[in-house]
Amino acid sequence: MSQRLYLFTRFERFWHWSQAGLIICLLFTGFAIRGSHSLLDFHAAVRMHEIAAWLLVTLWVFAIFWHLTTGQWKHYIPTLDRIMAMIRYYAYGIFTGEAHPYRVTLERKHNPLQRLAYLGVKLAINPLVWVSGMLYLFWGSVRALMPAWLSLEQVAGLHALGAFMMLSFLIIHVYLATVGHTPMAHIKAMITGWDDGHDSHIPDQPLREDHQP
Amino acid sequence: MTVAQRCSVGLLLWIWLSNALAATADHTQFDALQGSFTSAQEVTQACLSCHTEAAQQVMATRHWTWEYENPHDGEQLGKKTMLNTFCIADRSNEGFCQSCHVGYGWEDQQFDFTNEANVDCLACHNSGDYVKGWAGYPVEGTNLTTVAQAVGETTRASCGSCHFYGGGGDGVKHGDLDSSLVDPHRGLDVHMASDGLNFKCSTCHQSDDHNIAGSRIQGTAVDNQEAMLRGHHDENRNAATCQSCHGQSPHETGADAQRLNDHTRTLACQTCHIPAFARGGVPTKMEWDWSTAGQLDENGEPFEITDDNGHIIYMSKKGDFVLEENVVPEYVWWNGDTSFVTADDTINPNERVMVNTYHGEPGADDARIWPVKRSLGRQPYDTVHNTLLQPQIAIPGNDTSFWYNFDWDKALQAGTEYAEQPFSGEYDFVDTAMLWPITHMVAPSEDALDCASCHRDQGRLESIEGVWMPGRDRHVLLDRFGFGVAGLMLVGVFGHGAMRFFNRNRQKGH
Repeated sequence: MSQRLYLFTRFERFWHWSQAGLIICLLFTGFAIRGSHSLLDFHAAVRMHEIAAWLLVTLWVFAIFWHLTTGQWKHYIPTLDRIMAMIRYYAYGIFTGEAHPYRVTLERKHNPLQRLAYLGVKLAINPLVWVSGMLYLFWGSVRALMPAWLSLEQVAGLHALGAFMMLSFLIIHVYLATVGHTPMAHIKAMITGWDDGHDSHIPDQPLREDHQP
Repeated sequence: MTVAQRCSVGLLLWIWLSNALAATADHTQFDALQGSFTSAQEVTQACLSCHTEAAQQVMATRHWTWEYENPHDGEQLGKKTMLNTFCIADRSNEGFCQSCHVGYGWEDQQFDFTNEANVDCLACHNSGDYVKGWAGYPVEGTNLTTVAQAVGETTRASCGSCHFYGGGGDGVKHGDLDSSLVDPHRGLDVHMASDGLNFKCSTCHQSDDHNIAGSRIQGTAVDNQEAMLRGHHDENRNAATCQSCHGQSPHETGADAQRLNDHTRTLACQTCHIPAFARGGVPTKMEWDWSTAGQLDENGEPFEITDDNGHIIYMSKKGDFVLEENVVPEYVWWNGDTSFVTADDTINPNERVMVNTYHGEPGADDARIWPVKRSLGRQPYDTVHNTLLQPQIAIPGNDTSFWYNFDWDKALQAGTEYAEQPFSGEYDFVDTAMLWPITHMVAPSEDALDCASCHRDQGRLESIEGVWMPGRDRHVLLDRFGFGVAGLMLVGVFGHGAMRFFNRNRQKGH
């Protein structure tokens, strides 16, 4: 049984890929600023990092507005339901050809592990990166208002910590994008918006017909 | 007449006209300046017949007293008593050294500091053809009437006739002051460029009552204020700082303006805007080793050695030199306060003696990172008293001056006796060093340092503490942890992917 779903709207795809590009750009320029690599001149890296940061802030404003107005924020409500099944699947079932324990629907685009991971990004990594980044950017103006125990060194450390968390997320995320029924299946869905629905053959996860596009 | 000749005549005419028209008084017409002067002091008295307060004003300044009391610790300083790593000491050498004193006749301790006629107005207010010699008197052959009638405002050349030649030669001492600044191009000094803004020294070093703003002994390292209107009188403010014209937020255009302005809390303007010193083609003396002085050739005569560029690198009179051009400064935190080792201070001869020390706590609000020239020396010290010694060097015709006898024992005996410094008779040479603030030769903005000059490993500010610098500083443990975790993730996903690959047949068979 195969059911095509229009899973990702045009805005979602635009948001996802711009965010992906900007985050990769920010990681690359950010680690250039930190001196972790020298593939980019410091000044150029700072300029690009700042421009990419403001673009991402703008994108975020739109994305938050979109999530709230469309109700799509509900996709990130965490659940522990079937989470062990997910873990068992990635750790074992995926190698033996077991069926995916979770079926994507329009109401629940993300499996429980995705929900937790994305919520973690939105509630932990992003705020850490943004708050520390803004402090870093405006340190010259805000340092006088900051408590004495907070130095630029610590702000930089927190910002780098956020970057490392984001880098780790990115690695896992990119890899898991290839674990669909074909390596390109999820990626194709994120590009076209259409999910081919190969994972949707679990009887106890009925489709909701009323949500077809 | 060729085109070039016509141009130069035109230029001269223009310079003469602009000078003549700029002033409302033509000194060539003044009765007081017509007479034939029999002594330089008579010129001064002629000046004072109109400028009645000038001598008293000058006599109240360091240009006259060569004395300075450090307000921080009461240390008695000033050229008269200070030691340095170049000519070492003024005392007992006054007749020679005081050719750069704004007075006539200071050749020993008998000099009358209260005689107004001893003030040398022409030292600063000449417009050429005036050269000071022994004890500050004009050199023989000077036509005093001509010079007196040619008085005018100070110029780069008139100030430079002393300040460019400190340490015994062109550019020797400071590194950012040499004769290339008489007629500098824009790239050498954006303010003084003769084809540009054409600032004189006094444009920044404004004076009030002949008291000239600016001092290296007590520097204004931080001037965290808005620009002030020229002509505005504020006794508590140094008019010679960059900020007195540019303010504390000088970067106005470009995407980086705010970020650069934020740097003014940490950096002196000079740090970025003077990328190197001794840029005008005149080398500066970075090292001076007195201990090798006194070697004579086979005829028993003193000699000199020059390098490939014709610059002297050894003199029997002075020892060995290291000269450098286009020197990248060192950088230090400085709050403007400087203390000096004087002849009274005990030194530790087992390590290099810092003849001066720049004070300033890294990262403090009252200090900035400043560019400095570090000049190294090797000079005589008393091995019993552990003090730096003051030799008599330069007085011609006597039996004790080093330059005319090449005998350290006599030179040190005479110098210390004159200076009333205890001397055991035992001496050796000790390594010394001294810092000089770099503040002239400000480059055009396009030549200012770029970010990566400092924001990288082994950058210019590599050893500067008290400031977090992206590109130079990183948390080593955090980076190890962060990249370690990311690496583990990579290994994990590759392993997972490989297992999927090798088990792909089982999946298909399902």
